[in-house]
Amino acid sequence: MEVQSDLGATLATLLGLAWLIPLGSFAAILFFGPKMGPHGRNAAWVATSAIGASFALSLIALGTWMVSHPPAAVEHASAQHQSAQPDDHSPWSPPRDGGSVSATFARFAADASAGESHAAGESRHGHSAHATGGDAPTKPAYSGDWYSLYSSPTLVLSIGWYIDSLTVLLFVMVTFIATCTHVYAVGYMQNELHDITDHEVTLASGGHLHRPGRYPRFFQGLSLFCFSMLGIVIAGNLAMVFVFWELVGICSWFLIGFSFERTSASTAANKAFIVNRVGDVGLLIGLMALWGSLGTLHFGNTVTVHADGQQVVRPGLFSLVRPGEHGHALQVPDGMVVAAASDRVASIAAGNSAEEAAAEVAAEVPEWRAMGMGSWLLVVAGLGIFCGCMGKSAQVPLHVWLPDAMEGPTPVSALVHSATMVAAGVYLTGRCSPLFTPDVLMVIAYVGAITLLLAATIALVCTDIKRVLAYSTVSQLGYMMLALGVGGWVAGLFHLVTHAFFKSLLFLCSGSVIHACHTNDMRRMGGLLKKMPYTGWTMLVGCLAIIGAGVPFVIGFSGSYSKDSILAQALVFQRINPSHAVLWYAAAGGTALTAFSMFRLWFMTFVGEPRDEHVAEHVHESPAVMTVPLVVLSVMAVIAGWSLGPLGVATLLEQARPLGTADGLTGGGLLTAAVTVPAEAASHAEDIHFLVTVTAFATAAAGVLLAAAFYAWRLVNPAAIAALLRPAHTFLEHGWYFDEICDWMFVKPTYGIAALASANDRRIIDPIVHFFAWASRQLAAGDAWMDRVVVDGLVNVLASATWATGLRLRAIQTGHLRQYVMFIVVGTVAIFLLASIMFGTMVAGP
Amino acid sequence: MNLLFDPVGVSHYLVVGAILFTTGLVCMVVKRNALGVLMGIELVLNGANVNFVAFGSPVLRGEQASILGLDGQLIALFVILLAAAEAAVALAITLNFYNNYSTVDVDRADDLKG
Repeated sequence: MEVQSDLGATLATLLGLAWLIPLGSFAAILFFGPKMGPHGRNAAWVATSAIGASFALSLIALGTWMVSHPPAAVEHASAQHQSAQPDDHSPWSPPRDGGSVSATFARFAADASAGESHAAGESRHGHSAHATGGDAPTKPAYSGDWYSLYSSPTLVLSIGWYIDSLTVLLFVMVTFIATCTHVYAVGYMQNELHDITDHEVTLASGGHLHRPGRYPRFFQGLSLFCFSMLGIVIAGNLAMVFVFWELVGICSWFLIGFSFERTSASTAANKAFIVNRVGDVGLLIGLMALWGSLGTLHFGNTVTVHADGQQVVRPGLFSLVRPGEHGHALQVPDGMVVAAASDRVASIAAGNSAEEAAAEVAAEVPEWRAMGMGSWLLVVAGLGIFCGCMGKSAQVPLHVWLPDAMEGPTPVSALVHSATMVAAGVYLTGRCSPLFTPDVLMVIAYVGAITLLLAATIALVCTDIKRVLAYSTVSQLGYMMLALGVGGWVAGLFHLVTHAFFKSLLFLCSGSVIHACHTNDMRRMGGLLKKMPYTGWTMLVGCLAIIGAGVPFVIGFSGSYSKDSILAQALVFQRINPSHAVLWYAAAGGTALTAFSMFRLWFMTFVGEPRDEHVAEHVHESPAVMTVPLVVLSVMAVIAGWSLGPLGVATLLEQARPLGTADGLTGGGLLTAAVTVPAEAASHAEDIHFLVTVTAFATAAAGVLLAAAFYAWRLVNPAAIAALLRPAHTFLEHGWYFDEICDWMFVKPTYGIAALASANDRRIIDPIVHFFAWASRQLAAGDAWMDRVVVDGLVNVLASATWATGLRLRAIQTGHLRQYVMFIVVGTVAIFLLASIMFGTMVAGP
Repeated sequence: MNLLFDPVGVSHYLVVGAILFTTGLVCMVVKRNALGVLMGIELVLNGANVNFVAFGSPVLRGEQASILGLDGQLIALFVILLAAAEAAVALAITLNFYNNYSTVDVDRADDLKG
């Protein structure tokens, strides 16, 4: 790479090391875990120091980044984009006249041929960053390959990196939360150091399962989990993403099924894995659509320098879909157009030589593109990738695995729900955002909106403390997807980062509560605040952060910044596309639901009189190794959204914004009517900001007050309300009957098919096989008779005849020497006489 | 032709050879003593030898003998050699037989009777 700049190399080394250290820890614990101190006690410190080192390296990388790319103030930068927005180059950019789809395509077609001429010049200054000629904006990003597994003109499989500020930021976030979780787990998993009697597993003998502790194994899994997640974040191409995507899946399987003797745990692990598999099929289809038509899976451009000093630039996905010479506007790449017009290409190729055909196809491509060919391929690619993200990030209808994933130990839940598993889906959606057409973005937005509402309503009635948190995670993930769908790229990923901090905090707090109460049931808790002050107060911080509490227009918890920016984007979207107003109402309404369910949780657990004396008796604060991470995380949950001048998560993310997405997008037509996805900068407008802040504060406050009325002041009896709304309550308690529907739609038919297949086996296949077996036996019996009677008989007859002959002949074998001589003499004379009779002349002679 | 009046030629030698051969054969068949049998064998061999020498003699056969050269005499020598070897082996067998059975009666040597 020409601009294999020192900074890129430094960052790649730092983050590469940060990525590989957990793998080393995994290998060490895998091979030497049981030997690490008594019961593998020291494995915890191996894993924790490994992830700590990763965190340190990530921090250094972040520092390096900040020094060389100081973030600019976001408002002004965006305003400039805004002013530059009327850009006729982009096919899907917001047209000022609200033009139709075909018009935008036509406009693009005119530009396409003009753009071709730039292409040759472009390749000369190949660039690891997306630096392109002209006045197009650039984005600091570095990419490259460490190791190439396979290389051909149509496919490069490699282990590589793509580093921009999003990568660096997520590295810091993931390693930080993972470090806190590791430290916490040192205390939480203490009981795994001894033999364990699992009271939830009843053996056939009637006793309970007794098993050795699995302390090292847990940390081994955590290390591999971190390694896999970091691999997704650093990956330089989609193939590598897919590999680590699957690794994350299998790690979640290991860890959710940590107590695999419990049926519930092993079922939950299988469920998580299988549901993710469903999404991964979509992801594979997306990858195939991209690779089959474009021949590359790299995000950034790849530059290879040949021996003669000539540089060859292979454009990556981003520059193929949003070429620099078109102002990074979204267009259907040539490869997809040609792939979609394969019959026309074939007819051209039939009549011409290869060079002529290639030239003619190249000349025809803009026209075909203007006809809309190949855009469906881009939509398929986008939907496929998003389908994978739906599985990982638990979007409806693939959200069913996440609540069940509670079966894993709480540190795992914290990691899965904040930094690793579910973050992967949102991250990939964000990373691939430049590839998404308006159709795909609409699907993302609606799936997100449905998810956030559905999960938020279920969270209202759950009584399992971790389940409430799980559904609130699903709901927050819905927010992120909604934001990404309506054009809030920074908003969605900003929420991903802040949410990671407070959701891991909430989970670790709930783990601390469970550790003390030995139950997950909130109906048996209450009044724990006095006995567990650290846990209680830090959890309050987490709850305030997740509902986006703050003093309006002054300061707030981290969640308020990110959630406000999501709401703002949704509001802008609603202003531009009134027909999609439901997205905004869903987002705004979800705030109230979240606030209610989170404070219901907090009030039920920590406030009022204990509901179950037996539980409350034994409650004690957790040890320092568990509370210190809580305090650290709660600090982060407060300040993660703050920005110090230009330094802040949002401004950092703004640097990573994919080129071209700042301008918004217009189009559609394949799945929805044409929509306009607004530029994110629009959401920073003063009136929008005001309206959103007031709405968010009011809805959240309403939710909190309602929760307080129900559970803190106990003005209203929740049971009475539940009885009043019995059908709705039951509906929500069953999680909108998703499991039942799945059971009815997929599991039952599968059982039915299995029963049919089994009947088919037993009734039809088995008799045929049995018949052949019987026939073989009969045939064999006949064959045996043949052998015994005929073949053996012949052999025996021959033998007995020989025997009899021998018996006869022994009579002349007298043993008398003189007799033998007589025989010789007589025989000789006889032969002589015989010969003389037959050949008389010989004897007669002359 | 009359053998008694003809000058001595090949035929006379052949008659002597035939008498020797027959005598030896009869001796082999009728003698029960192993040594007698061996003597019969020697007679048979020498009867044959007379024939070889007679056919190979240039004196008796003139020009015709030169077709064969010294072959007759050589084969006779070979037979004598063979007879010597045979006598040595046969005498050893006989001696062994005598050691085991205290007799040289060949009729007693019927262990290999069928």
